[in-house]
Amino acid sequence: MRLLVNGTERQLPAGSTVRDAVAATGADPDERGVAVALDDAVVPRSAWAQTALYEAARVEVLRATAGG
Amino acid sequence: MSKSYGRRRAGEVSDPLIIAGSVLRSRLLLGSGGFHHLDRFEAALAASGADLVTVALRRVEHAPGGLYEAIQRGGARVLPNTAGCYTAREAVHTAHLARAAFETDWLKLEVIGDRRTLLPDAVELLRAARELVAEGFVVLPYTTDDPVLARRLEEAGCAAVMPLGSPIGSGLGIRNPHGIALCREAVTVPLILDAGIGTASDAALAMELGCDAVLAATAISRARDPEAMARALRQAVEAGRTASLAGRIPRLHHAQASTADAGLAGIAGP
Repeated sequence: MRLLVNGTERQLPAGSTVRDAVAATGADPDERGVAVALDDAVVPRSAWAQTALYEAARVEVLRATAGG
Repeated sequence: MSKSYGRRRAGEVSDPLIIAGSVLRSRLLLGSGGFHHLDRFEAALAASGADLVTVALRRVEHAPGGLYEAIQRGGARVLPNTAGCYTAREAVHTAHLARAAFETDWLKLEVIGDRRTLLPDAVELLRAARELVAEGFVVLPYTTDDPVLARRLEEAGCAAVMPLGSPIGSGLGIRNPHGIALCREAVTVPLILDAGIGTASDAALAMELGCDAVLAATAISRARDPEAMARALRQAVEAGRTASLAGRIPRLHHAQASTADAGLAGIAGP
């Protein structure tokens, strides 16, 4: 299926979860301090492995950077 | 490291900064903005003594990683910000992401109204503050040096109020000391001078004006020697706080001799 992960179009196999989308960005899904939004709704880390992705979903994967 | 302001009883920090019931050892908050090398950041964090460090959230491709771990290694807590948000809706969404990422309800709320000056949008800021307080966030809003807005933010339930000294990253210091003093009178929650600090004297002035703490990022990260500037700001904040508690002398128009005239040695006339 086709998804938009951090603004970039990506192909992920059917049945992929939010955790797979995190891994697709190159981030370690077990790294702390990472947040995910699926179509603008925050997905808590505890639900990453159970939350299925779907065609045309927009996923944002974020972490801490210097700021403020 | 504990401080020794004023009177203290054994084993007790006599003058801690308390925000939303949390005791902070340092009155200098560190912004991580402008640091490009983790080792320089870590050295500055250690020198600053800060307990709270602001961070932003960005897409992982734009965030090199390691900052969150570095802050925790340094014994400090993360204070996520909503930098880059221009509406209450964006700020609230970013707050939700920050809570999920860092497992903290604390938030430096920024809602910017103008790209050139990066000044806060008062209307959107207050709207976002109300919404986030209702959701249980500990909200520390970056605001203008407007005492009326400061009071509104306190009434909205903000845990502190953070007026700017001058625009973010400008290093122009405190352009309106009177406004900061009025903000001090307007609120009872901690008042934290945020934005505009250029050097140590600015931080000392903020504390002398009655601020409870100072947040500095660019002043440290873009200094030629960030570690030394972090130490200087820490010392300035401590000195300013102590001076504020000590009570400055009134300003007089003319001189007032500090040496008594009585008893001056006699000398033969002109």
